[in-house]
Amino acid sequence: MCLAIPVRVVELLVGDAALVDVGGVRKQISLALVEDIAVGDYVILHVGYALQKLDAEEAEKTLALFAEMGADAINAGEHPSA
Amino acid sequence: MKYIDEFRDGGVASGLAGAISRLADPARGYNIMEFCGGHTHAIARYGIADLLPPNIRLVHGPGCPVCVLPIGRIDSAIGLALDLQRGAVAQRPSVILATYADCLRVPAAAGLSLQKAKARGADVRMIYSSSDALKLAQENPQRQVVFFAIGFETTTPPTAVAILEAQRLGLSNFSVFCNHVLTPPAIAAILDAPAASGAVQLDGFIGPAHVSTVIGSRPYEPFADRYRKPVVIAGFEPLDVMQAILMLVRQLNQGRAEVENEFTRAVTREGNLKAQALVAEVFELRERFEWRGLGVLPHSALRIKPSYAAFDAERRFGIAYKSVPDHKACECGAILRGVKRPQECKVFGSVCTPENPIGSCMVSAEGACAAHYTYGRFKDLAA
Repeated sequence: MCLAIPVRVVELLVGDAALVDVGGVRKQISLALVEDIAVGDYVILHVGYALQKLDAEEAEKTLALFAEMGADAINAGEHPSA
Repeated sequence: MKYIDEFRDGGVASGLAGAISRLADPARGYNIMEFCGGHTHAIARYGIADLLPPNIRLVHGPGCPVCVLPIGRIDSAIGLALDLQRGAVAQRPSVILATYADCLRVPAAAGLSLQKAKARGADVRMIYSSSDALKLAQENPQRQVVFFAIGFETTTPPTAVAILEAQRLGLSNFSVFCNHVLTPPAIAAILDAPAASGAVQLDGFIGPAHVSTVIGSRPYEPFADRYRKPVVIAGFEPLDVMQAILMLVRQLNQGRAEVENEFTRAVTREGNLKAQALVAEVFELRERFEWRGLGVLPHSALRIKPSYAAFDAERRFGIAYKSVPDHKACECGAILRGVKRPQECKVFGSVCTPENPIGSCMVSAEGACAAHYTYGRFKDLAA
């Protein structure tokens, strides 16, 4: 029910509407719940509405952290009491 | 798709699994509740539980709006769709009942569901967005269009926008049967459940992804401060869930209870203030609301404010709530409280299947029973 997906904004339309790219498919959505969205931004899409702008920099940081956590714990031999 | 595929990488997942195994203290247990059905689905689909050491147990929570909707509410929707409030089933119903797909198959009283009501002549329409319900109202000016709205904080803002838009358009044939519920009171209800109820002692929570994009991470702070339970808000992709488990294990090992945010790419502490303002404009707290499994919880759901009464289906059609007990054999209640697992229900997978659900947890893909039936049931069989 709360499923939502990241989609890329390809065109801003009149009012609160925008055209987005959903894995190659174009779809019209509403930007009524968000502010300051530009073409090229990724937004989290839920039941036809963008809920939040996706922060590309934070996404990169999270991915880097995943890799680091996995590697670090194995190399450093982090223990339960750490 | 970008921002999805890279969060499903198998190699990175094994690295994280290794990190979790090294960090988890074999001398203790970790009972972690994933509140949200989106996480329940991801855990089942990607076999995350199998990547964890045996002393980390994931307990499914009640964050599935279809699952927690009590029978009485669906009965009311069916009554509206069948025009029962007029005393008889009309030949041509005057009401068009629009709702999200997940609601259609939820079992109600007398073996009915919205889908079965449709087969009996009710005009029930499946919609993708609240804006589709508005379109239906515009296209059918001689009919009453009722949007049967359910969902947590994620799904509430789109309903608010639809009501405000209906007002702007001056639509007199559009109303909303509001069943929107709130996440924090449900978490509190689980933490307040007496130990005698058989509930597992939870050590921490994986907090919802998309609910939190709207409400932010701040509403979870009381659970860390007052209840001393760590909460890590996580995205719905498998690597997000594993990272959240790692962060929870680390907090528990260090004796910390904090709200941490793994889903920083879309969640801030304050959340989406514009969406919150729209919700506050249209909705107000209900004094009480019945949840399937959790019972009647105070201040746990929303209703439409009197200033928008014209768009409130409960007022327009005089809908009175009547509580209806669940099917006797169904364990959805205990499963929603984290007390039982799907496979511990007598009717799981035999009488109750996704094709013919007895309880609500078997309906939606994110329901604990449907997720386990689809992805995990063969694990229960002896080889």
